[in-house]
Amino acid sequence: MIKRLQDKELKRLSRRELLKLAPVAALGVFAFPKLSDHLVEAGVHFSDWASGVLFRSKHRAQTYSRSEVAPFAKFPYNGYDVLDPEVDLEKWTLTVEGDVQHPGEYTLAQIRALPKLNQNTRHVCVEGWDVIGAFGGTPISNFLRLIGANTNARFVEVECSDDYYESIDMASALHPQSLLCYEMYEQPLDRKHGAPLRLQMPTKLGYKQAKYLDTFRITNVLKAGKTGYWEDQGYSWFGGL
Amino acid sequence: MAGEKNDERKDSASISEPTLERAAEPEIAGTIVPSRSIPNESIRSESLDPETVAAKALAAEKAVEGPASQVAGAGKAAQVEPGAAHTDAVNRDPVNSDAVNRVATTGSVSETPKLDLVRAAYEHPLPIRITHWVNAISLFVMITSGLRIFRAFPSFGPKIPQKILIDIPKSLTLGGWLGGALQWHFTFMWLFAASGVFYAIYQVASGHFRTMLFTPRDIPGVWPMARHYFFFGPKPPADGQYNPLQKLAYTSTIGFGILSLLTGMVLYKPTQFSWLAFLFGGFHLTRIWHFAAMCGFLAFIPGHLIMVALHGWSNFVSMLSGWKREPEYQE
Repeated sequence: MIKRLQDKELKRLSRRELLKLAPVAALGVFAFPKLSDHLVEAGVHFSDWASGVLFRSKHRAQTYSRSEVAPFAKFPYNGYDVLDPEVDLEKWTLTVEGDVQHPGEYTLAQIRALPKLNQNTRHVCVEGWDVIGAFGGTPISNFLRLIGANTNARFVEVECSDDYYESIDMASALHPQSLLCYEMYEQPLDRKHGAPLRLQMPTKLGYKQAKYLDTFRITNVLKAGKTGYWEDQGYSWFGGL
Repeated sequence: MAGEKNDERKDSASISEPTLERAAEPEIAGTIVPSRSIPNESIRSESLDPETVAAKALAAEKAVEGPASQVAGAGKAAQVEPGAAHTDAVNRDPVNSDAVNRVATTGSVSETPKLDLVRAAYEHPLPIRITHWVNAISLFVMITSGLRIFRAFPSFGPKIPQKILIDIPKSLTLGGWLGGALQWHFTFMWLFAASGVFYAIYQVASGHFRTMLFTPRDIPGVWPMARHYFFFGPKPPADGQYNPLQKLAYTSTIGFGILSLLTGMVLYKPTQFSWLAFLFGGFHLTRIWHFAAMCGFLAFIPGHLIMVALHGWSNFVSMLSGWKREPEYQE
């Protein structure tokens, strides 16, 4: 397909074709930090939206046999600040607020009285490591029923004794494997793993699994800059697996 | 350039089509001389244009000195080509004679159009060029931000005890910290995927993939080309836009792209894409596959850049404008 052209003609054609490529230069905006900061944030928002669409509320994460579970000592303690906020386990209650019929204080005994689920699932950290652990607790959906939560509301927000905070979408909260977790490795939750109560959701990344739960809120609105400790610094809010 | 000089020589301008650059290539010179089925033109070109004569003498010398395969290649091309070359000569004639007339009537040097014809091929259609550059930018972002993400846990083993596999210098990474790198990664993954899907659809729909797809027929040509590049072996004749080694390299990158996208989907949503995760041996192994895909790109990119640099400006420009000036192949 070789053509013989006059030099001028070749230059004219080349220029015209080069100009057609101009839209690609629009990607140059990413070279300016002030613009790229917003653009990549928008990219994560788009990814989160797509994640919500992709999420299948009935699709279960893989579960593993007890022999595949990593030894307790190899399940990392991970905290953003202090590993033991010294929760008074005797006096601990979970404060329930927001769009619920029965707000107030709930004891661990009330939560333990709900149907229990044991599951061996993979815990995936945003950093890239993963570990299979043994978890026990009650599906969040049971607790939502107990407190008379409006499950048409959009979000579940939690606050923690170590000042960590998180929020998740209602669909993920209602997932059958999403737990209010009070046991790991058949033992009451270790202090460093979030005693007395934490979230455990095999469909979410590790940073969504808030520990040392203190407040549990149903809401339709997340305050800007109050969506989650890491999310407010740039992590994906959906954080789904 | 020869073209500008030709403007000053009215007589020779009309038949100066074989420029110095062309004539200096023995393979091409070999095809041109026998293809000139119009004796007059051939005589004129050789007798009137001293530069061309000199260049042809040089070319002939080179051809004699050159390795046997080059001479053989030139001869072969000459046998295959005469029909096409003849048509070209005929097509060219009106242009040339027209120009001669104009030169004769006006008698003005400044008004003489540039008459030298350039061999050129439209190698890269717009969709290929767009996806090439979008991919180049996306890959740069995906690799540098990916390395920053990897830096957060630079290991493929357990978290406890953690072994640091590679300590990647911060200066090679993008995003500043894990969260920032993830933002870049999660933004450009869409661009990279969209560009890749569009590229694949275009290649298949247009049939353009035939220029670059490595097929079993290309296998015998790989070693001679590798021998030429790495061990100073003779240069195998170019019989298409890409040589077998190029086809192998470009086809591999498509493989790396597919692997990086599929493994990326698993790492991003191991539960939603559990069937894919199963295919790659689970989440943990998939991280290794994802890294391996990047290593594939990292192996390709330096070689690609070096080759582009070695093959000169026109080669680089062709990926911008689509047009390759003076391609070294014949068809």
